[in-house]
Amino acid sequence: MSHLLEVKNLEVRFALRFGDLTAIDGVSFTLDKGERLGLVGESGAGKSVTGFAIINLISKPGYISRGHILFDGENLAELPGEKMRDIRGNRISMIFQDPMMTLNPVLTIGTQMCETLMAHRNISRKQAEAVALEKLRKVYISSPEQRLSQYPHEFSGGMRQRIVIAIALLTDPALIIADEPTTALDVTIQAEIMDLLLELCASEDMGLILITHDLGVVSRVTEKIAVMYAGKIVESGPTENIITDPLHPYTKGLIRALPDPERRGQGERLQQIPGTMPTLTALPRGCSFHPRCEIKGGICEKEIPESRAVKGQKREVACHMAENPSPPPVYEREGA
Amino acid sequence: MKHYWRQFKSSYFLYSFRRDPVAVISFVILLLLILLSFSAPLIAPYDPYDTASIDIMDAEIPPAWMEEGNTAYLLGTDIQGRDLLSTIMYGMRVSVLIGCGAVILQAFIGIFIGLISGYAGGRLDAFLMRVADVQLSFSTMMVAILISAIFQVAFGVGKFEEMAVPLLVVIIGLAEWPQYARTVRASVLGEKKKEYVEAARVIGFGPLRIMFRHILPNTLSPVLVISTVQVANAVMSEAALSFLGLGMPVTKPSLGSLINSGFEYIFSGSWWITFFPGLLLVIFVLVINLLGDWLRDVLNPKLYKG
Amino acid sequence: MFAFSIKRISQALFVMLIISFIGFSIRQQIGDPVRDLVGIRVSVEEREILRDKLGLNDPFAVQYIRFLGNALKGDLGHSFFFKKPTLEVILSKAPATLELVFVSSLLIIFMSIPLGIFAAIRPRHWFSRFSMGASIVGVSIPVFLTAILLIYIFSVELQWLPSYGRGETVNIGGWQSGLLTWDGLQHLILPSIALSSIMLPLFIRLIRSEMMEVLQSEYIKFAWAKGLRRRRIWFIHAFKNTLLPVITVGGVQLGILIAYTILTETVFQWQGMGFMFLEAVERSDTSLLVAYMVVVGALFVVVNTIVDLIYGLVNPMVRVTGRK
Repeated sequence: MSHLLEVKNLEVRFALRFGDLTAIDGVSFTLDKGERLGLVGESGAGKSVTGFAIINLISKPGYISRGHILFDGENLAELPGEKMRDIRGNRISMIFQDPMMTLNPVLTIGTQMCETLMAHRNISRKQAEAVALEKLRKVYISSPEQRLSQYPHEFSGGMRQRIVIAIALLTDPALIIADEPTTALDVTIQAEIMDLLLELCASEDMGLILITHDLGVVSRVTEKIAVMYAGKIVESGPTENIITDPLHPYTKGLIRALPDPERRGQGERLQQIPGTMPTLTALPRGCSFHPRCEIKGGICEKEIPESRAVKGQKREVACHMAENPSPPPVYEREGA
Repeated sequence: MKHYWRQFKSSYFLYSFRRDPVAVISFVILLLLILLSFSAPLIAPYDPYDTASIDIMDAEIPPAWMEEGNTAYLLGTDIQGRDLLSTIMYGMRVSVLIGCGAVILQAFIGIFIGLISGYAGGRLDAFLMRVADVQLSFSTMMVAILISAIFQVAFGVGKFEEMAVPLLVVIIGLAEWPQYARTVRASVLGEKKKEYVEAARVIGFGPLRIMFRHILPNTLSPVLVISTVQVANAVMSEAALSFLGLGMPVTKPSLGSLINSGFEYIFSGSWWITFFPGLLLVIFVLVINLLGDWLRDVLNPKLYKG
Repeated sequence: MFAFSIKRISQALFVMLIISFIGFSIRQQIGDPVRDLVGIRVSVEEREILRDKLGLNDPFAVQYIRFLGNALKGDLGHSFFFKKPTLEVILSKAPATLELVFVSSLLIIFMSIPLGIFAAIRPRHWFSRFSMGASIVGVSIPVFLTAILLIYIFSVELQWLPSYGRGETVNIGGWQSGLLTWDGLQHLILPSIALSSIMLPLFIRLIRSEMMEVLQSEYIKFAWAKGLRRRRIWFIHAFKNTLLPVITVGGVQLGILIAYTILTETVFQWQGMGFMFLEAVERSDTSLLVAYMVVVGALFVVVNTIVDLIYGLVNPMVRVTGRK
C-alpha cells in the first residue's frame, strides 16, 4: 500500500550572501492515511521548515535543493504553482503557532473562512458560509451564526485557535500540519485544544503532523515520532517504543527532561541536556550532537552517523554508539 | 587614542562602509563640497562681498563653454555681475553653516526635552509630546515659515537681513526640535526598563546623573542617524526660506537666495544663475540623504514611527 | 467609536485654543489695529481715543476673551492693505489653494499606491529598484526647484503650458474654480505636479515599507497556507492592513502639503492663500498674517482630526470596542 505522504531525502537550503546554509539535511519519513506523526526537537532543529517544505512555502531565500515529497502520488517539491496552490489549504491544511497572529485583524472570521473554501471550490459565499458554520460547530464555538461577522480581536486566544482549526477543517483535508498549535496558549487551554485536534483527526480520518518541542504532548497524541536535531532526524519510530526505550542519547536526554508525575514531590529535579544546539553556521564535524553527548566515542567526532534500522523494531536511529549502550549514563545534576 | 583608532579600523561600521560604494562616493562628494565651501576665501577666483570688483556690465554672462561665455567666469555671472562660481562657493558656506548651527540647536533642545519627557513620564511627558506632535503635524516647514515671517515683521526687513544667519539658525532650530525629542524619548523609554538603570537608581544616583551619564550615551545611535537627515532638512529649509525672501538677502548669498535671484531671469534664457546653485543644493542634500540611509541600515536603531 | 470621536474632537478644540492664543499674542506684540483701521494719517490724540474705544487699553485677558469671541463669530480682524475683514480676504483666496492641494493629493494617491505596492511585492524587480532610487533623488529636490525646472522645460523651452496664474476660472456660488475650464486645468498641471513632487517619494517609500512589513507577518503566511490566490493575498489581506499606518502618517502628510503651497504658489504666482500670506509679510499686514495662521492652523487641526476619525473607521479594534 502506498503512503499518504512520503518525504524522502529532503534537503532545504537557504541561499545567503556568504554561501548556502543547509537547514534540512536528508530528512525522510512516511505517513499513512489517518496516521499521526510527531516531529520533535528544540527550536531551530528544522521542524517548522520541514512543515513548510511539505506545502512548498519556504520563505525566501530558502529553497528545496534535493529530495522529494510524494503526496497522493504527486511530487510536491516539483509541482507547478497553481496546482500546488490548490493543494495548500485544500488537501493539506496548516495550523500555526500563535492564534493571536494567524488571523488577519481587519477581516471578519466569516470572510477568512469563506475565502478559503471559495479559493478551492466553485461555490457561492452563501454555500461557503453553511460549511463554515458546520465546522465552527465541530470545534465547539457557540452561536456560530453571530461569530461570522466578528473580528479576531473579539475572541480569546483559545477561541481563535479553535477558529484556525475550523479553517483547517473546511475543505476536509487528508493531512493537517500543526506547528506548535498549543505553545502560545494558556496551560489550561492547551490540553483542551490538543484533545479537540486528536478527536477531529480520529473522527475525520485525517493524517496529522504535529510539530512540537514537547515530547509529553506528542506521547499522548501521536502514533509515530521523529526526533530532529540540527536539521536531521536522529531517531524515529512508534511512539511507544521511543518513549519507553529511547536509543539515541539526545532522545534519552529529552525524555529525562520531562516531568514525571510518579516522581513528583520527591524533591527530584528535572534533568537537562548540557550545552545548546549548535547553530547551522557552525556545525561540528562528525555527529552534530557529539559535543553534548555523554556516550560519544572517537568515531563520533569524525563521521556523520547514517540512519539505520533497529533490529526487531520498526524504527531507525542515527547514532554510532546507540545499539551497544554502555551502562545507563548518569547526568550531572543541574546541567553540569 | 591610537587604541581607539585601531578599534575603529577593525569595526563593523567601517567594514560595511567600505563595502558600500554608494556610501563611499556620497561621503567623498560631501567632504569635497564642504572643503570647497569652507576654503572659498582662499581658492575662489573672486570675492562676491567685495563690491569694488563687481561690475554690473558683466551681468548675465553665460558659462565659459557657451558661445558668449567669458573664460574669466567659468560658470558665468549673476545678475549683479558677480562670478557665479565664487558666489556659489561662498553661498554654500553660508548654507552649511546655518544648516549645522540649526541642527546643533535643535539637537540641544530636542535631546533635553526628550530626556526629561522620557525620564519623568506622566503629565509632563504627555504635555511635551503633545506639543511635539502638534508642531510636527503642522510640518516643520510651516512652522519655520511662520516664525520667520513673524520675526521679519517684528524686526523689520533691514534688521532681519543684518542678523539673518543667527536668526535662521534659531528659526530652523525651533521648528525642528520635535524630531529629536521624540526619538530620544523613545529610546529613553526603552533604556529606562533595563537593569543597569535600575541598578544605578538602587545605588542612589540622582536622576540627573542617571539621565546624562547612563541613559544619554545609549540613545546616541538613533540621534546620529536623524542628525544626518536633519542637516539635509535644515539646508533645505534655509534654501526654501531664502527663496521666499524670508531668509538670507541677495547681498549675502546663500544657495536659496541665489536660486531666488536667478529665478526671474530664466524667462530671458539665463538658466545658469538658477541651475548651478540648484544643482549643488540637490547634490548636497542627496548625498547626505544617501549617507543617512546607509547609516540607518548599519546602526539599525528602532526609530520612533508615526 | 463615540467616545473615541469625542476625545479626538475635544483635543482638536484645545489645540485651536492654543493656536488662537499664540496668534493673539503676536498681534498684541507687533500689530497695530488702529493703523489697520484708519491708516497712519490720524493724529496721536485721535488714536488714543480710538484705542480706548476699541478696548485696546483693557487688560490682556479681557482682550483675549474678546478676540476669541470675535473669532468664533468669524471676525479675525481687519486687513490694513485690503481694507476688508481678513477672513473675507482669506476665503476669497482659499479656493485656489485648496484646488491645488486637492489635485496634488489625487496625483499622490493614485501614483503612490500602485508604485508602492509593486515595489513591495517585487522588491528585486528593476522597476522597483528604479522607483526607490528615483524617490530618494525626489526627496532631495526642493519643491521650488522642481517648480522652476518644470517652468523652464514646459513653459520657456517647449512652450506647451502656461507658467503662472490660474487662467480662466468659473464662479460657482462664490467659489472661484479653475477645475471646470480647459484653460484653468492647463494652468493647474505644472503647479500640482510640482507640489506633489515633495510627497510622492515619501508616500511610495511609506507604502512600500509598511506593505513589506505586513507581508512578513504570520497572518499573511497563513493566508498563503490556506491556498488563496496571490492577488487576494496582496490586495485584500496585505493592502488592507497596510492602509492603517498609511492613513495615519499619510493623512498628516497631505495636511503638510498646505505648507508647501506657499513655495509652489510663489513660483507660479498662484493667487492663493500662500501667495497672499507672503504679500502680507512684505506689507507688514499683521492682522492678515495672524488670521492666516489661525485659518491654516484650523485647517491642519481639521485634517488631522478627520484622519484620526477615518483611522477609527477602518480599524475594527477602534470601531467595535472604542479602544485605541
